[in-house]
Amino acid sequence: MTQGPSSIEQAGGGRPLPPLARAARTGTRNRAPAGGGKTAYLFLAPYLVLFTVFVAFPAVYGLWVSFHSWDLLLPNKPWVGLGNYRTLLDPGTATGGDFWQSMKATAIFTVFAVPLLVVLPLGVALILNQKFRGRNFFRAVYFAPYVLGVAVIGVLWTLLLDPNIGVVNYYLEKVGAPENIAWTTSLPWAWIALVGVTVWWTLGYNAVIYLAGLQDIPRELYEAAKVDAASRWGRFRHVTLPGLRPVLVFVITITILASANMFGQAWLITGGAPGNETRTAIMFIAQEGLQNFRLGTAAAMSFVLAFFLMLVSLVTFFFFRERRSS
Amino acid sequence: MSEGLPFERRLSRRRLVVTAAGAGAGLLLAGCGGSSAEEATGGGGGDTGGGGGDAGKTYTGPNVQLQFWNGFTGGDGPFMRDMVSQFNSEHQNIDVKMVVQQWGDYYQKVPTAVASGRGPDVGVMHVDTLATNAARNVIVPLDDLASSLQLEQSDFAETIWNAGMYKDQRYGIPLDMHPLGFYYNTAHLEKAGVSEVPMTREAHDEALEKLKAAGFDQPFWQSSTWPAHLMFMSLLWQFGGELYNEDSTEATWNSDAGVQALEWMVNLVKEGYSPKNVANDADYIAFKNEKNSFHWDGIWQTQDLAKTSVPWAVAPLPQIGDQKAAWAGSHNLVIMRQRSADENKLQAAKVFLNWISEHSLEWAKAGQVPARNSVRESEEFKALEHQSTLAEQIDYVKFPPAVPGIGDAQAEMEQAVNRAVLMKQTPKQALDQAASKAKQLLAENQKKYGA
Repeated sequence: MTQGPSSIEQAGGGRPLPPLARAARTGTRNRAPAGGGKTAYLFLAPYLVLFTVFVAFPAVYGLWVSFHSWDLLLPNKPWVGLGNYRTLLDPGTATGGDFWQSMKATAIFTVFAVPLLVVLPLGVALILNQKFRGRNFFRAVYFAPYVLGVAVIGVLWTLLLDPNIGVVNYYLEKVGAPENIAWTTSLPWAWIALVGVTVWWTLGYNAVIYLAGLQDIPRELYEAAKVDAASRWGRFRHVTLPGLRPVLVFVITITILASANMFGQAWLITGGAPGNETRTAIMFIAQEGLQNFRLGTAAAMSFVLAFFLMLVSLVTFFFFRERRSS
Repeated sequence: MSEGLPFERRLSRRRLVVTAAGAGAGLLLAGCGGSSAEEATGGGGGDTGGGGGDAGKTYTGPNVQLQFWNGFTGGDGPFMRDMVSQFNSEHQNIDVKMVVQQWGDYYQKVPTAVASGRGPDVGVMHVDTLATNAARNVIVPLDDLASSLQLEQSDFAETIWNAGMYKDQRYGIPLDMHPLGFYYNTAHLEKAGVSEVPMTREAHDEALEKLKAAGFDQPFWQSSTWPAHLMFMSLLWQFGGELYNEDSTEATWNSDAGVQALEWMVNLVKEGYSPKNVANDADYIAFKNEKNSFHWDGIWQTQDLAKTSVPWAVAPLPQIGDQKAAWAGSHNLVIMRQRSADENKLQAAKVFLNWISEHSLEWAKAGQVPARNSVRESEEFKALEHQSTLAEQIDYVKFPPAVPGIGDAQAEMEQAVNRAVLMKQTPKQALDQAASKAKQLLAENQKKYGA
């Protein structure tokens, strides 16, 4: 770390340096960094190796696969060029039609799950950030479902939500709800069930991140706001929310990506029923690639899905950037 | 979990527990196996020394270890494990290691393991997956084994024996068959005054009415998921239909026979004999809780029901259509392709397959009907009440055709049944739609695997 400033500069990329660093830098101007910057790459190397082996290479290989009719075990893996993509873009074909149906399912789930998973955990975090007896107990309670695996919550809710023999309907009927609501076999109930289960399951995770964000907001800001006679709402609106902005962007982005990758809940609870209405994109990709051994089309689908996810991420990114400059 | 289709995803607490236990055992075994080292030293030039010439009867070569993979995660697992231990104790120079995993995982893992040269030596596959695995070079032909053991059709039920063929070569030695059966609650029938198990459509309708009159409001829960498609196939065949045309280029389940079959199932819901929206084992759970009087399910459930206090019995499927027919699955013993052939292992594998096949009476006790006539006709087998009852169907059981990738098309049919039973579409609509999709998939597969 003797050539500290230059390393910082390397690692920092194009970011404006803080005043102190800038001052230090003036002394080292025009001097070539001693290690030629190799140190930085050395430190980056372990991650870079993992990234290359497990992310970059598979992605490129996947792209290559998507241009073929690919079955791992068949000696003949004919090149089909953009054929797989053409099939997908034609909803008239069996595969294309099913694929867009699964993309629609993913979209429906994401649109309903994300707002709930962004807003509800914030509320929970605000409450859990208060001082009250048993606070740690409740923090644990809200986080608890998240530690369960998807297989566990899937089986659990499959039984609880069963239209005919489930406990949920049993109690709902006691309080006068309509009989035998088809939570797992009909729309829109299946979506309500899947979104509900997912919110119950992953709410704690987002809440913990919010909680950490809330505890990072300086107390003095709240005190200053109080001195200025800001109401509760005012303090939330003008202190808490701006303070949480980076956390919020993070939560929204990962929640969108996680929702778009939803698989286990639908696989276990609805099995895609009715028909294939709740079969999500990832579920269909897995079936196509791992059960039907059509890795070419499955890879092509993954790239189409990835393309859409990049679009959505870009939109989120720009949405929040705009807000910052205004 | 010895159901007939690979990607079944039935869930019940019991099975999950058993599965978890099985997976644990599998891990342990995999840990002790050390197959990779074995493979590296064992293979070599594949010299034929020491193999002992009489393929499949005895093995006199050096000590070998065989990896035996299967998906017997349910009550059937311990039976197979006992058979393997007995085999090991009778054969000092062959050490068989059994590794169990869920069928769904198994059918995904085995091909990959075989492709990377770390596959098992022997395994079990369902009859409707043989063609796919043969076409994908996962398993090897066994014609020489069959002929050297003088295994012949005459000792096997014809349908079962012929189903092990793909492109005129034999890929599987049938071990058993597991047909669909008609489970009923004996106490309910008695209370409703039904003295004989209804075996015809008329008797069946009448029995349902009587059950209803006796206070069993919903006597026949019609599932929209597993095993609804097994019921549909059985009924389709009963009404004289076929799943596919002669060369399997088109799905024909949307024929009149198919529509009649599916309508019969949907009518159970429409007429109130079944609740709506039955899914995920609710029908079976209801049967076990004596809320459901009739239930069609596989022979494998006999083992599970035997542990309950439910007054139950099982009969062959009633004849609803014009002829008798029933869906069945069949476990076949297979030998996996190896990167480098090891004659010793191959010979030992054949001895093992032959031994298991000959001892299939033991296996029958796990809730199966043995494929071998000699075993099926033995007094010991006849003493197994439920198994021998369901074995009566052996002359008219049917399987999906031996076509690579047929599971892709079958999945469409499964969805059609689901849609119809949930009353999202009429039987005709659902079956037509599925048939047209299946036609495309069949064409794609024919191109892929080479017709």
